[in-house]
Amino acid sequence: MSTASTSLAPAGSIPGLNEAIVRRFTLATVIWALFGFAAGTWVATLLAFPHLNMGLEGSFGRLRPVHTTGVILGFGGNALIATSFYVVQRTCMVGLWGGKRLANLFFWGYQAFLVIAISGYVMGITQSKEYAEPEWYADLLLLVVWVTYFAIFAGTIARRREPHIYVANWFYLAFIITVAVLHIVNNLAMPVAITGTKSYSAFSGVQDALIQWWYGHNMVGFFLTAGFIGIMYYFVPKQAERPIYSYRLSIVHFWALIFLYIWAGPHHLHFTSLPDWTQTLGMAFSIMLWMPSWGGMINGIMTLSGAWGKLRTDPILRFLVVAVAFYGMATFEGPLMALKSVNALSHYTDWTVGHVHSGALGWVAFVAFGALYYMVPRLWRRPLWSIRLVEWHFWIASIAIVLYITAMWVSGITQGLMWRAYDAMGFLQYSFADSVAMLHPYYVIRALGGVLYLTGGILMTINFVMTIRQPASREDKAAVSPAVTA
Amino acid sequence: MAQRERDALTGRLTTGHEWDGIKELSTPIPTWWITTFLISIMVALIYLWLMPSFATTKSLEPGLLGWSSSGELREDQAIAAAAQAPWRQRLMAVPLEEVTKDEELRRFVQAGGRALFNENCAPCHGVGGGGQQGQFPALLDDDWLWGGKPADIVQTVRHGIRNEDADSRQSAMPVFGDSLSKEQIGNVADYVLTLADKSKADSRAALPGAALFKDNCAGCHGENGEGGRDFGAPRLNDAIWLYGGSRDAIIHQITSPRMGSMPSFASRLNEESLRMLALYVHGLGGGE
Repeated sequence: MSTASTSLAPAGSIPGLNEAIVRRFTLATVIWALFGFAAGTWVATLLAFPHLNMGLEGSFGRLRPVHTTGVILGFGGNALIATSFYVVQRTCMVGLWGGKRLANLFFWGYQAFLVIAISGYVMGITQSKEYAEPEWYADLLLLVVWVTYFAIFAGTIARRREPHIYVANWFYLAFIITVAVLHIVNNLAMPVAITGTKSYSAFSGVQDALIQWWYGHNMVGFFLTAGFIGIMYYFVPKQAERPIYSYRLSIVHFWALIFLYIWAGPHHLHFTSLPDWTQTLGMAFSIMLWMPSWGGMINGIMTLSGAWGKLRTDPILRFLVVAVAFYGMATFEGPLMALKSVNALSHYTDWTVGHVHSGALGWVAFVAFGALYYMVPRLWRRPLWSIRLVEWHFWIASIAIVLYITAMWVSGITQGLMWRAYDAMGFLQYSFADSVAMLHPYYVIRALGGVLYLTGGILMTINFVMTIRQPASREDKAAVSPAVTA
Repeated sequence: MAQRERDALTGRLTTGHEWDGIKELSTPIPTWWITTFLISIMVALIYLWLMPSFATTKSLEPGLLGWSSSGELREDQAIAAAAQAPWRQRLMAVPLEEVTKDEELRRFVQAGGRALFNENCAPCHGVGGGGQQGQFPALLDDDWLWGGKPADIVQTVRHGIRNEDADSRQSAMPVFGDSLSKEQIGNVADYVLTLADKSKADSRAALPGAALFKDNCAGCHGENGEGGRDFGAPRLNDAIWLYGGSRDAIIHQITSPRMGSMPSFASRLNEESLRMLALYVHGLGGGE
């Protein structure tokens, strides 16, 4: 790697550059990653060994949203915010709008929301809406916090000193705006009392279900996809030191993705009391969504044209590129599972869980790991402590994903087949209890995958702690390439 | 703004934009991507045309194929019902006790009863009917609380035990902790413990609990603890103890009795299903 373009300090001088807030969100990302991975590993263990349940507060039902909120909003959210602030300042050549105080207020507001929401779950406070569990008061806090985020991000773009808006920022902006809309609509609710935690949703019955999965699907689409594509569009070309493969493709797949994703939610409600015509619509839009999703994959992977050799030596680039490959796989599997004939087998089974985690562990977390490994040396102006440790993290995490998703594929498809198995005389072949008993070995393998994934996260944390604790290089805080020195 | 330049590795021109050192190539969109995208849009449109895909508040556009999920369910159920209809007719054509004499019918009842059992009974009584100590009786031994003939089992399943169904099996063991002293209850327990032991058949009459047993227990459980099915009173002179056979467990049961309940299945299972289920349970090992 050449040292010229990978210097640890930004290339030109950026007026008002706020790196302290990026460092804060970066640290928060790492802390929430460990928390979320540990919670996930624990609930996976509970599924394999239910007798480990520790009373109501320690039961799977209460701890599962601790895991999902911890990884999605905690780890994923902080990663998105950290990278978006890193990227938007560098690609607009201007510091964050609103100044340091607003940025800090936003930081603490977001962390407070996470703590309030997650501690509430353990006490049994929940709206019982998947991925939208926080109750009304936490939702209001998040609303204020999120509008602040939008103001800072959009304000920075508006003040930019570059003639054009970089593609990564389109995706970040789409993510911020859509998440705000989703959050507001799905959480419309009436509190029972202003002093109480309980509220009732504005929607009921199948309308509630439809709104919920419009929300749920597009949290995947805009939080875990569009936002993370934003990460990809900055960190892949930077780490590979290659230009983006196709500008035209980035425009077309951006608008196609944004337009089509929002309609596909009803595929989560196949074979329910949702009207048939709505289910049809969800499936049709899921089919059309396949290529727009793959547009991002093509642009990510093909950006490496002429630089494939770097994958052998650079584990950070490998994290980023393997992430894009998992993105491609998950976005093929998604439309496939949205087909009603496939969904008839996969619905309510572990296949869904496996699908989500191939996206979550393989795409979302890997691209975040790559971005973190890229940012930390540059934010603290110290070379990365150990590239070898990154290699270890990469392989341990990769094995973890393979264990996790293959176990869930096998258990999920077996569940689906057992539930629909009839004997020669037209009677159900298996009881539901039979299909539960069958799951045990796969749940053990899944939990093992979780342990490995958590181990990888711990290695990353050690690497960052050691990096930050190193003395800053005196000769030149700027021009040290991490990959070369390690 | 940077100038458009040619990328040496791919030979493509850049767009001339640059952000923090990142440039973009003006590579055309891959043809296969556009083609596949257009094909997927066409497939989606054709699917929308064939299937129900549009509705107003007043009406629904059924789609070219006229398909509906409820219609498909009805069709599947009709096919399944038609396939089983001859068997179900044969099942109802013979008296309950004679169903299993027909070998083909026996196999049908076995398959159907097993499926029904797994769906309705296994959550409590276990797959295979092994029961659960302290909770739900085993169904594969010859210890029957309310009778082990097929007709008895049909009756028990149809109306259940100690529930809100007016025809459910009803009985209640008194709380002897209110009427007997601790010492008396201990004596009764000692006496009960001898019932299964034939070698003590003569000596047990001399035990202090003998008279107490006769006055308080024998009415339902029988003089020799042989049980009373009219009241669902368990046999006490065998080795099967639902709530435990230790002295402490027996004392506990006399002092403050536990009595199970079972839901009524009258509204959930039809006559054919009740027959299949009862005959399946009857065939688990202990049927009379």
